[in-house]
Parts: sequence; structure tokens; C-alpha cells
Amino acid sequence: MRWLVATVAETVPETPGAVTLRLDVPDWPGHRAGQHVDVRLTAEDGYSAQRSYSIASPPGADRLELTVERIDDGEVSPYLTTVADVSDQFELRGPIGGWFVWDGDDPTPVLLVAGGSGVVPLMAILRHHVASESTAAMQLVYSARTLGDVIYRKELEALTGPHRAVFLTLTRESSPDWAGHQGRVDSALLAEVGWPPSVRSHCYVCGPTPFVESVADALVGLGHEPGRVKTERFGPTGG
Amino acid sequence: MDTSSLDGNATAGALGDLFAFDVTIALTTCATCHDRRAVAELRAYLEAPGIVLRCASCGAVQLRLVRSSERAWLDLRGIQVLETRATSS
Repeated sequence: MRWLVATVAETVPETPGAVTLRLDVPDWPGHRAGQHVDVRLTAEDGYSAQRSYSIASPPGADRLELTVERIDDGEVSPYLTTVADVSDQFELRGPIGGWFVWDGDDPTPVLLVAGGSGVVPLMAILRHHVASESTAAMQLVYSARTLGDVIYRKELEALTGPHRAVFLTLTRESSPDWAGHQGRVDSALLAEVGWPPSVRSHCYVCGPTPFVESVADALVGLGHEPGRVKTERFGPTGG
Repeated sequence: MDTSSLDGNATAGALGDLFAFDVTIALTTCATCHDRRAVAELRAYLEAPGIVLRCASCGAVQLRLVRSSERAWLDLRGIQVLETRATSS
């Protein structure tokens, strides 16, 4: 797969640790909601580092968007989140990955479960749901540490509609500003707010590996078919 | 449960250099325990000098990929069957 040159058109701070990069990528071949790209940075001495980042923009958007969370001792994310500025360029290749995708032509209900910046590919799916005017029922259960760590907060608040629902839970918030749910995404929460297994929904779970393991186990434990639970893990090696 | 690994989704780019199709959506049958699932769902270890994919069920190594700047070595002995959708020609 060919490496393409991406030019930063805009940077949008999402949270203290996460930034969205809006990119111009000539010859971008288009992508499916849920896919990712490999980003390659090359130093002047030829040393290069490569990481994968999920695409946040829906298929057909004017610009390719990546939302990147800073890993402090990472090799790539500190550059992308704190150094990269408008008109800077770097290499990427994609789209990559045909497994963790949602195409919008399936009316089956969809349950999305995100932990932290695992919300990024699921946001591409939600945005595609909006753009394609899908009538498939879709719900997002999103776990973040604090209110300030919620990526896309305003957009998510506006997304709730007849075919979409967003449920937020915070694991470390103690602010009086937050009257919503507190605690981890566990079996009890999924049983309370998620689709029941009888709906036979497609489930997409994305987040850090321990989060994905426990949510996928909980979904299967509740009776969801393992074959309908798709997972994508990320971790410190993604920095 | 091992929580340090990622999954096969993260290897789609590297494997895409070697296969003519997206191998992460193919199914493997583990040569050790015969578990059958998508490559995307295998456990991926990317910090080794190369890529290692292990069975999500029994943990046996299914795939190893090592690359230099000019050559690649792909060891698939842990996979009994690689199953992919046939494209009509």
C-alpha cells in the first residue's frame, strides 16, 4: 500500500490530551467507517516511527480526520498532538482494516461501546449513521475518566435522536456538575442500558485491551452471540 | 487474561504488504486447538522484533512476521487452515 502525504489543514483540541487533525490527503481513495491509517514520521537522520490511528471522519467527508490521544512517552502521538500545526506534513497509508467496520446498508441495530479514545472509530460510525440517514437503531455506551476527558462531548449531546442514543458513564468524576452515571461499563450497566441479546444487534467494542476484554466477556455473558461482538484493542504500543 | 496485547486489527497494514487481500477478515483454524476466528480477533504482539499473532483461545503462536528493509519472513505453521471469501472470476 502506497504512502501518501497528508497536510494538516486544521487542528482542533478535543480534551487536554486529545487533538483532532483535519488533513488534506490528495489521492485519498476513500474509506469505510471504523477503519484506520498507519502514520509514519521520519527524522532527518532517517529514523522513522510508525503507529496506527483510527479515522474519525465518516466516508465521503471533505477532509480526513484523525483524533489522537497523547501518550506522554510515545514516539508519534506527542508530535501529532502538540507539535503538528497547520501546513505541516507527514506520511500516512490507508485505509486499513476491513474487520471493524460498519457500512450503513444493514438495518440491524448496533450497540457501540467505547472506552476512552476508543470512541474515535465509533464516532466515524455514528457520523456515517447521520450522514447516510440510516434508520438502523444505534446506541453508544461511552466510558471516560472525567467530564473533561470526554471526546466529542458537544457533538455527542446533539446526536441523540429517533434512531440514536448516547449513554455516558464517568469512572473518576466527582464533580457536582455531573449528575449522570458513574462507574465502569460492566455487565449490570450493559443489561440496564444496552440492547438485550434478543435484539441480535451488532456490537462494536473499542478501547484499551483490559476494557475490551471485560466488555466483550460481559456482552457474551449476557447472551450476545460471540460472532456479533466485534472488538478492536489499542494500548501503549499505539503511542 | 493477558492484557498487554493488541489484536489482529493492528496488523492489517503490515500484513497488507504481503497479501493481495485484507487478511484480517480471513478466518484461521488454529493448528493447536482448532479454534476458528478472524485474524482481526487474534492477539497481536507488536513489540517483539517482528509481529506475533497468537490464538485468542489457547495462546499458541499462529503467525510470525519479521521484516528487514529488503525482505520479509512469514511463518504460518501455527495456522492449520486460512479461510477467505472466494472472489468470482
